[in-house]
Amino acid sequence: MTCHPVARPEDETIATTYRAVAVVGPPNSGKTTLYNRLTGLRQKVGNFPGVTVEHHIGYVRDQMVEEIALIDLPGIYSLTPKSEDERVAVEVLQGKMPGMPRPDAVIVVLNSNNLNSHLVLAARVIALGLPTLVLLNMADELHKQNGAVDVLRLARELGTPVALVSAATGFGLEAVTNFLASSSPVPEPLELPVIGNTRSVREWAVRVGENANYRQPATPVWTKRLDNIFLHRTWGPIIFLAVVIAVFQMIFVAGKPLQDLIQGLLDSTGAWIGQAMPDGLLRSMLINGVWKGVGSVVVFLPQILLLFLVIGILEDSGYLARAAVIADRTMSRVGLNGKSFIPLLSAYACAVPAIMATRTIESKRDRIATILIAPFMTCSARLPVYTMVIAAFLPSRSLLGPFLNTRAAAMLGLYVLGFLMAVLTARLLKSTVLRSKDTPFILEMPPYRWPRLASLSLRLVDRGKAFLYRAGTVIMVVSLLLWAATNFPMHNGQPPAIQDSVVASVGHAIEPVIRPLGFDWKIGVGLVTSLAAREVIIATLGTINGIDVSVHEFDLQTALRHELSLPGAVALLVFFAFAMQCMSTLAVVRRETNGWKWPAAQFAYMTVVAYVCAFAAYRVTEHFIR
Amino acid sequence: MIFNFIFGRKQHRNTTARALADLQVGEHAIVRELELDQPVAEHLMNLGFVPGLEVSVERSGPGGDPRVYRVEGTEVAMRRELSRHIQVSLVGAPAFGD
Repeated sequence: MTCHPVARPEDETIATTYRAVAVVGPPNSGKTTLYNRLTGLRQKVGNFPGVTVEHHIGYVRDQMVEEIALIDLPGIYSLTPKSEDERVAVEVLQGKMPGMPRPDAVIVVLNSNNLNSHLVLAARVIALGLPTLVLLNMADELHKQNGAVDVLRLARELGTPVALVSAATGFGLEAVTNFLASSSPVPEPLELPVIGNTRSVREWAVRVGENANYRQPATPVWTKRLDNIFLHRTWGPIIFLAVVIAVFQMIFVAGKPLQDLIQGLLDSTGAWIGQAMPDGLLRSMLINGVWKGVGSVVVFLPQILLLFLVIGILEDSGYLARAAVIADRTMSRVGLNGKSFIPLLSAYACAVPAIMATRTIESKRDRIATILIAPFMTCSARLPVYTMVIAAFLPSRSLLGPFLNTRAAAMLGLYVLGFLMAVLTARLLKSTVLRSKDTPFILEMPPYRWPRLASLSLRLVDRGKAFLYRAGTVIMVVSLLLWAATNFPMHNGQPPAIQDSVVASVGHAIEPVIRPLGFDWKIGVGLVTSLAAREVIIATLGTINGIDVSVHEFDLQTALRHELSLPGAVALLVFFAFAMQCMSTLAVVRRETNGWKWPAAQFAYMTVVAYVCAFAAYRVTEHFIR
Repeated sequence: MIFNFIFGRKQHRNTTARALADLQVGEHAIVRELELDQPVAEHLMNLGFVPGLEVSVERSGPGGDPRVYRVEGTEVAMRRELSRHIQVSLVGAPAFGD
């Protein structure tokens, strides 16, 4: 066995006794399914340093009771380091990625239904000279559609072991365990046309395929039939709309009660802990700092998991690609492509899962643009604020008979306002910093398949964990800071009334800045505390005015009318429509873009837009009511 | 399977030459040339839009754009704006002449 557990000084991520094996394959080769099948939950997510590309490291245990680290590389078609994904893959395979051991071996996952294209990647990986196992995945589909390939002949052609497997059914996977357990010779230097261009490598791939008696399977007849419906001139868009409404309903109607349930559980456990502890600073910190912080993280989980369940089903079944084709025409007018549609739609429920859902967008620039405009969509956290302010200032009068009253119209207007700003921002971004002439809309259409529960649930766990660990920590820290700001400075060991706290000083400090918008220091305090979550401003204004909001909502409305003039109320609504008043979103943007650059820019941009527009709204309203 | 590789031959512009965008749904053609920036051309070739290989228009999306093309092994959707830059020649007519 050429396996040598060499200690590598630069190796930090993986214990030195483990062997590292890289898993590489083109998109749509079923690589992730295979990877999940091999490692299960024994994997962790990380980002490669300096790039937004994510990697997984999982562990498998072979018969020799030796743990092997499997490094999952991004889906790539070739090793020409043009895209970020390809550069990362090449650097890992050459052992140049900091914090990553050079793999001792490589597993190449190909789609056996599209061998002539995918062998191109295999050729380039084999030429690296590492022990290589070539897996021809989706064997079940190949057989079903009357395709065939002579594995032994192909192995002889490539000079590496080759196995026909199905990650979905588990067929043939013992080949992987055998490969990992026993030594594999370094492949003989084949006469691979790796230096040649894609065209000549492709010519080579066709020749190899012919020598291995490769017979391409037919397109599944069901895929054609379903496409006849789903991409139909009239039925296509109708079904698309139905799916969109279903997704939206799912997040709103099913997500909201679950969220409320979790919130209720958190509140009652918080109260229970509170009773068990003596009154004091520690109790206050635990309940109003730590426990509230935990709460503001956990409360997003139902929506995130629901959205990823729905998107997972759409993606694995193949419908997501069709939906992108249908949405593309509309999205292209904004300068985005069809893949941005579903994430933007889910941003109406909550920007946090929406931003995590942008992973389905391959183009980095389009993905960033989508992330940047998603928080302009009217999320559910804005609703309580809108409802409260509108109810306080706008008398309910009928506009269109029973269909529309003034308050609903104002609400609708705010939805439209957010949407228009998103469109405007998208156009601005796509014509300046994120101009992308080099990434046009090219989308591979996979055949329709039944989604598999195992792969769906693994992805849910993966996303949930990623959110809790990476975004959760930032949210926790900000929650604690906000708690400290409302509880200091202490007077005789007692926390101050909110009027005397640090947060009130901040409110007073920013008062000159927000005065032109018609806001006083109390609203200023609300703006600061609403960083935790937008709706927190209601509770804060209640506390400042000494009103229990849950019991006396009308009192708060009266208080609001004292605090704000009508122009100020309009300005507040506009401010909330545009401002990035959500640390959870910022934390997720940081996590998804792997750095503070984009969230910082986004926060600055949205705050400036919110301020300028709120000021304009204040002045215009003032002008009209005079 | 048809693997009509035409390597090392002079590619003539003849009457059957046209852009992929000009094909009707159901028509088959041979890819001639990708008049696109290197990274885009490379990406398309990785998907199967390789000069010498066959391509057909599988279907049109609602509204006529984007359209779905079938190349060997897979189906790919792209906008007309892009398929205008892919030169093809119709199958059946003399593909190359010397």
